[in-house]
Amino acid sequence: MDKLINDFSIGLFFWQSLVFIILIFLLRRFAWKPILNAVNEREESIEGALKAAEQARQEMESLQASNEAIMKEAREERERILKEARDMKNSIVAEAKETATAEAEKTVAAAKAAIEAEKAAAVAELKNQAAVLSIEVAEKVLGQELSAENKQAAMISKMIDEVKIN
Amino acid sequence: MISKFTAFTAFVGLMFFSVPAAAQDHGHEDTHQEEVHHDDAHHEDAHAVEMHAEDAHGAHADHSEAHGHDEFIPASDTEGRKSVVKETVEHHLADSYDFHIVGPVGFPLPIILFDNGLKVFSSAKFHHGESVAEVDGEHYIIHHSKIYKTDAEGTITYDEHHHPTNEKPLDFSITKNVFMIIFMAVFMFFLFRGVAKTYENSLVPSKAGRFLEPLIVFIRDEIAIPNIGEKHYKRYMSFLLTIFFFIWFLNLAGMTPLGVNVTGNIAVTVSLALMTFFITQFSGKKDYWMHIFWMPGVPVLLRPVLAVIELIGLVVKPFSLTIRLYANMLAGHVVIMSILGLIYIFASYVAAVPFMGLTLFLSVLELLVAALQAYIFTMLASLYFGAAVEEHDHH
Amino acid sequence: MEIPNIVGAGLIVIGAAMGIGRIGGSAMEAIGRQPEASGKIQTAMIIAAALIEGIGFAALFAA
Repeated sequence: MDKLINDFSIGLFFWQSLVFIILIFLLRRFAWKPILNAVNEREESIEGALKAAEQARQEMESLQASNEAIMKEAREERERILKEARDMKNSIVAEAKETATAEAEKTVAAAKAAIEAEKAAAVAELKNQAAVLSIEVAEKVLGQELSAENKQAAMISKMIDEVKIN
Repeated sequence: MISKFTAFTAFVGLMFFSVPAAAQDHGHEDTHQEEVHHDDAHHEDAHAVEMHAEDAHGAHADHSEAHGHDEFIPASDTEGRKSVVKETVEHHLADSYDFHIVGPVGFPLPIILFDNGLKVFSSAKFHHGESVAEVDGEHYIIHHSKIYKTDAEGTITYDEHHHPTNEKPLDFSITKNVFMIIFMAVFMFFLFRGVAKTYENSLVPSKAGRFLEPLIVFIRDEIAIPNIGEKHYKRYMSFLLTIFFFIWFLNLAGMTPLGVNVTGNIAVTVSLALMTFFITQFSGKKDYWMHIFWMPGVPVLLRPVLAVIELIGLVVKPFSLTIRLYANMLAGHVVIMSILGLIYIFASYVAAVPFMGLTLFLSVLELLVAALQAYIFTMLASLYFGAAVEEHDHH
Repeated sequence: MEIPNIVGAGLIVIGAAMGIGRIGGSAMEAIGRQPEASGKIQTAMIIAAALIEGIGFAALFAA
């Protein structure tokens, strides 16, 4: 302890304090502030750059996502249009078929009706002809054989019954 | 431009040359080879080399006077050689009034005394402390690296503890240490201003900045912010950075062969510690004083007791800062030089090789200690600042 | 009987060395357990060692 006090020099203490305080202020003004500011600035700019990069990446991602969505939509639209076209074609074809069938049926029905009518007319004609013919035949036969009136009538009814036209 | 990384490598490189310089230097001592008081601080190393100081006392004084300077001391005269080594070590650790480099190379420094008015003269007047300087009718003499008033013959009177009783003038001389402090301040100013200038063009450091910027960022991110806090740290950055580099550079300068021992000087460390102390007290917030005088959260009866303890702690903190730096640097130099001195004492090549190796190892260790002590000083200073500005919320 | 100062100095050095050694050892163990906290442990270790060192030096000068 004695030695410490003995070693202590006021002059050195004075100069040391003076020089050091001056040094602090000089360095603060000319060195530490600019250096620390520059370091801070750089750190901030690096941070800013990193943030910007991150943001750009996110934007890119969202852009990609929206692109995909648009593509998907377009594909769906195409599908829809194609489907509609197909449907329309089908319906047109079906309609045409239906119309054709109906037309044909109508024609067939008309033809059938005409045939029916002709047939009925022909049958009626045939019946009348057959009756006339029968009467003529009978008249001739009976004119020769039968003279009596009663015999004639019996004979006619008996013959009409026999003639069966299916 | 000094602001080059090479400057640092030069520091480290020069360290290796410091070794022979310390050993050779005993030839250029001052005349006053009084035996040092055995209650000095180097018990653990310098004295360990010696025998018991009490016994050696008389013998040393005799040897010193008998052998003078340039005389060759025979290797068989171990006592004589020991005293030379001891004296060389002491001389190298002490401040001096001229800047002595090696052999005849050196330059005198101005001496500034307040003694019946300001007296400024060159230390060349003392002829390396060998003669009495006469200025304006007053006589001065250097004794154990201190200036005393004396008469024309240079008589020094002693008290029973072997302390000189001569009057000491108020001494504000530019001594070797003051010179080194000023030199280092100028060096640091140009170095860091140079670094700051490189940022004007780009935000990327260049030259010395590449080496120094990580250290600056380290002090900010690892010392200041964790200890002081994000909110207040900016105010203290200038002080912390300056003190870190100042201590570190001066520690490194102490490893050069110039034999400057600035940070191993009590006046310097007291100054640094006192500045830390005052900054701490002036930035003390309400919570800080509350914790010292009226500790919250403990029984009221205990609070005065704690206040006393805290007040003691208040004084011990700068004291321990002072002593830690001083003793570490001083002890490092003493150990290195004492081991080198052993080569001289043993006077044998067999001893020289291992002791040189040991010195080299210790020098490298000292380089680590140089940085470590600067770091610890800065760390503790920021810890104290942090305690002063801390705001507690447990009331 | 008077004990020479150097004995006291030796005792102080032994005490301080033991203290710092213990701090160092515990710090190493702690780092081994939690390597991720090594920075904080180192800082705490250096501060504790510095405090002991301060006391040691103060005692040395008193001795």
